[in-house]
Amino acid sequence: MVDRISDIWGTRTPYGRGGLWPVRVDQKLADGVREEDVDRWVQSACVLCSNGCACDIAVKDGAMVGIRGRAGDLVNHGRLGPKGLFASWQGVSHKDRLTRPLMRENGRLVECDWETAMGRIVEKSKNLLEDRGPLSHGFYTSGQLFLEEYYALAVIGKAGIGTPHMDGNTRLCTATAAAAMKESFGADGQPGAYEDIDSCDAIFLYGHNMAETQTVLWSRVLDRIAGPDRPKVVCVDPRETEVARHADVHLAVRPGTNLALMNGLVREVLRNGWLEEEYIREHTLGLENLRSVVEPWTPEAVAEVCGVDAGDVREAARIFGTADHVLSTVLQGFYQSSQATASSCQVNNLHLLRGMLGRPGCGILQMNGQPTAQNNRECGADGDLPGFRNWENQEHVKELARLWNVDPLVIPHWAPPTHAMQIFRYAEQGSIEFLWISATNPAVSMPQLPRIREILAKPELFVVVQDLYLTETATLADVVLPAAAWGEKTGTFTNVNRTVHISDKAVDPPGEARSDLDIFLDYSYRMGFRTLDGGPLLTWDGPEDAFEAWKKCSKDRPCDYTGISYARLRGGSGIPWPCNDENPDGTVRLYGDGVFPTDPDFCESYGHDLLTGATVGPESFRAMAPSGRAIFKTAEYSPPHEEPDENYPFRYTTGRTAYHFHTRTKTARSRPLQAAAPKAWVELSAEDAQSLGISEGDLIRVTSRRGRLEVPARVGDIRPGTVFAPFHYGYWDTGGSPGSHPTAANELTITEWDPVSKQPVFKNAAVRVERIAAGTGPAPAPTTTASRPAVATVPPTRGGEEAEVEERLEDEAPPRFPEAINTAAGGDWQ
Amino acid sequence: MNLTVYLGLLHKSEQTLADSFRQVAQGHGDEPDIHFLCQTLARQCDAHQQKLKPVIERYGEDTADAEPERLHAEGLAQTRSGPVGLLRDLQDLYLLASLVDITWTMIKQAGQALRDQELLDVVGQCDGQTAIQLKWLQTRMKQAAPQALLAAR
Repeated sequence: MVDRISDIWGTRTPYGRGGLWPVRVDQKLADGVREEDVDRWVQSACVLCSNGCACDIAVKDGAMVGIRGRAGDLVNHGRLGPKGLFASWQGVSHKDRLTRPLMRENGRLVECDWETAMGRIVEKSKNLLEDRGPLSHGFYTSGQLFLEEYYALAVIGKAGIGTPHMDGNTRLCTATAAAAMKESFGADGQPGAYEDIDSCDAIFLYGHNMAETQTVLWSRVLDRIAGPDRPKVVCVDPRETEVARHADVHLAVRPGTNLALMNGLVREVLRNGWLEEEYIREHTLGLENLRSVVEPWTPEAVAEVCGVDAGDVREAARIFGTADHVLSTVLQGFYQSSQATASSCQVNNLHLLRGMLGRPGCGILQMNGQPTAQNNRECGADGDLPGFRNWENQEHVKELARLWNVDPLVIPHWAPPTHAMQIFRYAEQGSIEFLWISATNPAVSMPQLPRIREILAKPELFVVVQDLYLTETATLADVVLPAAAWGEKTGTFTNVNRTVHISDKAVDPPGEARSDLDIFLDYSYRMGFRTLDGGPLLTWDGPEDAFEAWKKCSKDRPCDYTGISYARLRGGSGIPWPCNDENPDGTVRLYGDGVFPTDPDFCESYGHDLLTGATVGPESFRAMAPSGRAIFKTAEYSPPHEEPDENYPFRYTTGRTAYHFHTRTKTARSRPLQAAAPKAWVELSAEDAQSLGISEGDLIRVTSRRGRLEVPARVGDIRPGTVFAPFHYGYWDTGGSPGSHPTAANELTITEWDPVSKQPVFKNAAVRVERIAAGTGPAPAPTTTASRPAVATVPPTRGGEEAEVEERLEDEAPPRFPEAINTAAGGDWQ
Repeated sequence: MNLTVYLGLLHKSEQTLADSFRQVAQGHGDEPDIHFLCQTLARQCDAHQQKLKPVIERYGEDTADAEPERLHAEGLAQTRSGPVGLLRDLQDLYLLASLVDITWTMIKQAGQALRDQELLDVVGQCDGQTAIQLKWLQTRMKQAAPQALLAAR
C-alpha cells in the first residue's frame, strides 16, 4: 500500500527510450470493502483532470465503493492520480448533493418539483424570445459534461434558439490550445500523443506544471527520467515546481513575458541553422515574417525582459535544436498569460522549423485543463461551430443546416460565437437577460470576482444553474437544477490526445437529480423547437442516439468519429480520433504526412492577426494559397498591460495544486484531499518575505486594483517579486461569502483576455503585499508540491491510513496500439 | 513638389488617429479589449510618425492651406457611451484609419515614381499595420453590431 497523498505519483516503474510504459494498476476501495465484496465493475474514465485515465468503478449494493485504473488502456496503463483515487466517486457520493430543483421565491431559494422549475424556465425563455429575440439568451457551460450533452446544447442554442452567445469555462482553460492549433495548422486537433513521452529525448514544458495538473502523465515522464536514457527536461515556469526540480534548464520567467522568451528561442534555432530546410519548404509558409519578428530577441534581450539567464536561453535552444525527438507540452502558464495565442503558436513554430511532428517522440501537446474540454470544442457548445466547422465558410454553415434540417439563417454566423467574457459583459449591460450556466462555477473561477458576483445577482438577469452542489454560483441563481454526476449517467468524452472513452452509468443519481442530457432534451421538447418539416428538433431518447447523431456531424471533418461506437468503446482501450474507414482503429498522431488542414474549403479558421485578433478573412487566406501547408504565425512582443508600480509593486499569478480541482466542489468533499490542502494560502519568496517582515504562516493581505485576499503566507521557492495564489478557494464551505478575509484568488485578477483565443489573463496582475497578523502555525499549503516551504520546520503533508492505495505492479504486457483497441470488424469485446 | 502636401496630411492624420485611439481607450475602459488594444494601436500611430520624420526632413511637409481640407477629419473630441455609442466611436476610428490608409497608398505611389527606396521602406513598415488596424476595427464592429442594434437596452 502506498500513501498517495504524500507520494502523489506513486511507485516508479522505470523504462528506457522506445520501450513500453509498464503497467501499474492503482486501486482504492471504500473502508471495509474488499475486492471480493464488489458486485460489479463499471467502465469509465476519470473526470478530475484532462488526462483521461481509463478506470472501472466498483459498485456494491447500488452504491459506488471504489475505483481501479484500467491496465489495458493506452492512456494510463492502469494508473490513477490522487484526485481520481480520492475524489471520483467520493466527490459525488456526498450528503450535500442537490436532490430536488430549487426556485427563487421572495429572494430565497426553495425546493420545488421539476414541472414547476422547468415551467418557470420555459415561460421566461419563451417570453424573452418573443419580446427581445434570441440575442437575449446566453449559455455558459463547462469542460466537464459529456460529448452527448454538449452536442445537444449546441443544437438547441444554434438551431433551436439561434443565439451566438454560447461558451464554456473551456474559454478559461483551453481556448488558447484550440486557437493556437487553428492559427498554425488550420484546425483544432492535437498533433501529438502521450506515447511521444516513450520515445522523446527532450521534453519541453511551457507553463505546464504537469506534475500537479496531470499527475499520471507526469508519472510517465518520471518513469522515463528514472530509466536508463532519460530525456532532457526544460521547464518554463516562475515557480520552483516539481517539473522545475527535474529540469536540466529551468527558465523562471517573469509572468507576462512568455512571448519574449519564445521569440528568443526561435531566433536561436534559426540563427544556428537547426532547421529542416526541406520540411520548411514543402510544408510551411511565412518563414520570412517569423524571422523578422524574432530578430531583435537576442538571448541578452530575452534575459533583460524575462529576468532569466541568457546562457540558459542558449542552452534551452540548443537542446531543442539538437535533440532528435522533442516533445513539447503547453498549459496555463502560457494560456492564461499575456499574448497567449502568439506564445503558444511559437511552440508550434519551433516544431515546424525542425519538422518535428507526427513521428514517435516528436509531438506537441497543447494541453486541455478539463476532462471533456475537447468535446466542447468539437461539439460547438463553446465558441466554435460543431465538427470544427468554420463560421466564415457559408458551405460549412449550410452543411449544419442540412444536418439539422433548419434554415441556415437561423444559425448565427455573422461573427464567431460570443466568448465568455463578452457574454458576461452583455449580461452586465442588460442585453442578455437569460443566462443558463451548466456544470461550472463562475462566481469563483472568473476574473475580478466582485464584478462577476454583481452581474449574477442582478435582478433583471434570469440565471439558471445546473450543477451537483449548491455552489457559490448556484446561490445567486433564479432556478437551480440538480444534475446527475459522473457514474450516474452514460456518455463519452475525449482527452488531450484525442482519445475517446465511454463512461457508463454505475448507479442511480440521488433523489430527483437528472442527467444534463435529459435536462437539455426536456427543455428542447418543452420549448417546441422544430425542424423545417415541423418535426421536433431533437428526437433522441438517450445518450447513444446523441452519439450516433454526433457521428454524422463529425463525418469527413478532422474529428471524425464515424468508426467509433459505444460497443467498440466497451471492453478495450479508448480510441483516438479520427477513426473512420481510412483509420479504422483510430489515429495516434496527426500530420505525419506534413499535410495540414489549411485547405480554405476545409479549414476551421482563416486565422487572425495575433496582436489584435483581426480576422484574416476568406479572400486573404485564399490568396496565401496555404494548400495543406502549416503557417508560421507570430506577433511582436508587447509588455503585459498591468505591470508592477509604486503602489502595486509585486507581480501576481494564480494557479493550481495537485490536490484540488477547480473550485473544489468535488475534491474538498474528499477527506484525504481536503486534509492535504484545507485552506487558501499565498506563496512568496523568502527574499520578499524577509523584506516585508513576513514569516511562514503569517496572515497577509494581498491587494490589487480590484480586490483583496487575506490568507496565510507560504514562504517558498517562487521567483522574487512574484506572488502566487491557488484559485480553488471560494466560499461555499466558509459561510458562503468573502466575509472579512477573502480567499478566492480571482478577487484580484484583471478583466482582460487574449485578442485571439479570448482566454482571460489570470496569470498577470500587479499587487501589493502586507502583513496583518502573526500566524498560529504554518500556512495550510502542501509541502509535497510547488508550494513546498523554504523552511524545514513545516510538518510534511501526509495522507495516513485513509490515503493508502493498492498499487499492483504486474508482469502483464503493456497495451499497445492498435492491438489494445477493439477491432471494427467485431470480435472479442463485450 | 506637391508630395509635401500629402506628407503633411499623413503626419497630421496619424496624429489625429493616435489621439482618437487614446480617447476611445479612455472612454471605454469597461470594454477591456478595446481599452488595451486602442492604447497599443495609438503607440503604433506614434511610431509611424517617428518613421516619417526622416522623410519629412528631406522633402518637407506642407501644413499650410495649400490644399485646404473640405472634409474635416478632426478626430474624436470625446467618446459616447452605451453599446451603440461604442459602435459609433469605433466607426469614427474606422473613418480616420481609412484616411490614414489611403494616404499611405498615395505616398507609396509617389515613392515608387520617385524611386525613393528609403521612403518605400518606411511605407512598408507602416501601411501593413494600418491595414490591420482597419481589419481589427471591422472585426470588432461586426461582432458588436447585432447586439448593439437589436438587443441593447
